[in-house]
Amino acid sequence: MPFIENGLVLRHIEVSRDMYELEFIAPAIAPDCRPGQFVHIRSGLDNNPLLRRPLSLYDVDKKLGSITLLYKVVGKGTNLLTRIRPKEYVDAMGPLGRGFSLLPPRKTALLVGGGVGIAPLVYLARVLQQQGCKVKVIHGVESRRELVALGKLREIGVEFLPSTMDGSAGYKGLVTDLLLKKVNPADIDFVYCCGPEKMMARVSEIARENGIAGEVSLEEYMACGVGACLGCARKLKSSDAQYKKICKDGPVFGMEEIEF
Amino acid sequence: MGKEIFMPDEELDLSVNLGGIIMKNPVAVASGTFGYGGEYEGFIDIADIGAVIVKGTTLEPRCGNLPPRIFETPSGMLNAIGLENPGVGIFLQEYLPRLRDQGVTVIANIAGNTIEEYARMAAMLEGNRGIAGMEMNISCPNVKEGGLQFGVDPDMVYKVVKAVKEETSIPVMPKLSPNVSDITAIAQAAEAGGAAALSMINTLMGMAVDVERRKPVLGNIFGGLSGPAIKPVALRMIYQVYKAVKLPILGGGGIMNYIDALEFIMVGASAVSVGTGNFVNPCLARDLVWDLKKYCIANNIKSIEEIRGAAVQ
Repeated sequence: MPFIENGLVLRHIEVSRDMYELEFIAPAIAPDCRPGQFVHIRSGLDNNPLLRRPLSLYDVDKKLGSITLLYKVVGKGTNLLTRIRPKEYVDAMGPLGRGFSLLPPRKTALLVGGGVGIAPLVYLARVLQQQGCKVKVIHGVESRRELVALGKLREIGVEFLPSTMDGSAGYKGLVTDLLLKKVNPADIDFVYCCGPEKMMARVSEIARENGIAGEVSLEEYMACGVGACLGCARKLKSSDAQYKKICKDGPVFGMEEIEF
Repeated sequence: MGKEIFMPDEELDLSVNLGGIIMKNPVAVASGTFGYGGEYEGFIDIADIGAVIVKGTTLEPRCGNLPPRIFETPSGMLNAIGLENPGVGIFLQEYLPRLRDQGVTVIANIAGNTIEEYARMAAMLEGNRGIAGMEMNISCPNVKEGGLQFGVDPDMVYKVVKAVKEETSIPVMPKLSPNVSDITAIAQAAEAGGAAALSMINTLMGMAVDVERRKPVLGNIFGGLSGPAIKPVALRMIYQVYKAVKLPILGGGGIMNYIDALEFIMVGASAVSVGTGNFVNPCLARDLVWDLKKYCIANNIKSIEEIRGAAVQ
């Protein structure tokens, strides 16, 4: 069940240029959170910017009742959000949306992240690992300083392969090329992916060619976040004329459903 | 959360009779911003809302416009949803019974392509228990009259309101489009046609451009502007219409707090509607009622009537 609460900010740090990690206490929202869901954050009390910003769950500590978000500054809303300091409050609504389906224990999951799209995959990695899945994470970025999830993924204890466009760490080139060269499809039971649409399209194609099912997490402008305004519409392959709503029917969809 | 415990005076009666639509308090949620109510269950007890104006319905189901459908603008947002809805039949079968069982004050919202379509929908809604009022979206293009919007021509407004009124005993409330040169002429035509109340204002037509792609942002090119950005326009229009007609007005356009609501009441609105504000605060309708009660108690006001139109000169 979703709630709205003012979460006490514990930590808010710039982890890379224009990328921030925000942890806040959310005792009402945290217990029900599932990987792939999001919280709808109000970045200021002014009317400009007006709407909330949907940010995916980067990590959740259910014992502490805290939620951590990873976001990139892309506009006015996220820019304003950076000004909230520890001991101040953040207005959060959630958990919202349909998250990732969870692979059964002992299966192997491949998580493919592009840029800040790594955010929902980190919490997913934690939950999959906890329930006894084998988890491999690959993350594509421009340069090594954007490999911001390294610490968390190490702490969770999953296999991690980075790719950088400038070759400053890991494989030099696209994450999809890394995937083709360094991952044996026979080892993978399921693929989870979040990042730029082009990347998700290519990962979905590779998964399909190898007969592996998977899920992607989409992004779109949102207003309400609960399926009331019908603003974040996307047509699926199976849904004929009907539009699905990214906020409510997603943001996670089966790879085979999405026309990129 | 974070609100002080404060029980407003239970004696204070803020109920409103909006042209026969009985509302337990003067705050409604606007059509298209609250789905069919269910989306916001859990955040707010929707039976506590003065009236829930449900998502607009059409005779046949509609799948809506190509995305992107929404875009945020300074202190507002553009939307071009395209009346996505399952059709009036599904509304009556699936959504209305649930709302009625929950004790929700429901105002239906209808939109048509021709006068006959409006009349048919009104006839279909007639006789169903649990519909307190019928809001008419008259911002649709009339396909028979060459696509001109109903809401911009007084003669067409008169005809369509009259045709709906003849089919139903439910109070009829046209929602006026602000995209006209003389709003009072439209309001008078609606009054002559038999409207019980007026809902105003609908969104202002606008657009946004994606400079990188050198294209309009919205899939539909144009969209309706809502939110605090349009509040001054809404206030001005309600002020004018309040002086020009006798009908009660449901006023809205960018209401985000009780001060905004008071502005609408003071230019003549009998009740207010919140729309875009619901997206920011799903509990806004409830919060407004609390704050209005507190305001009334603090200012020794016994009824909203006492301040309605107070700013009109």
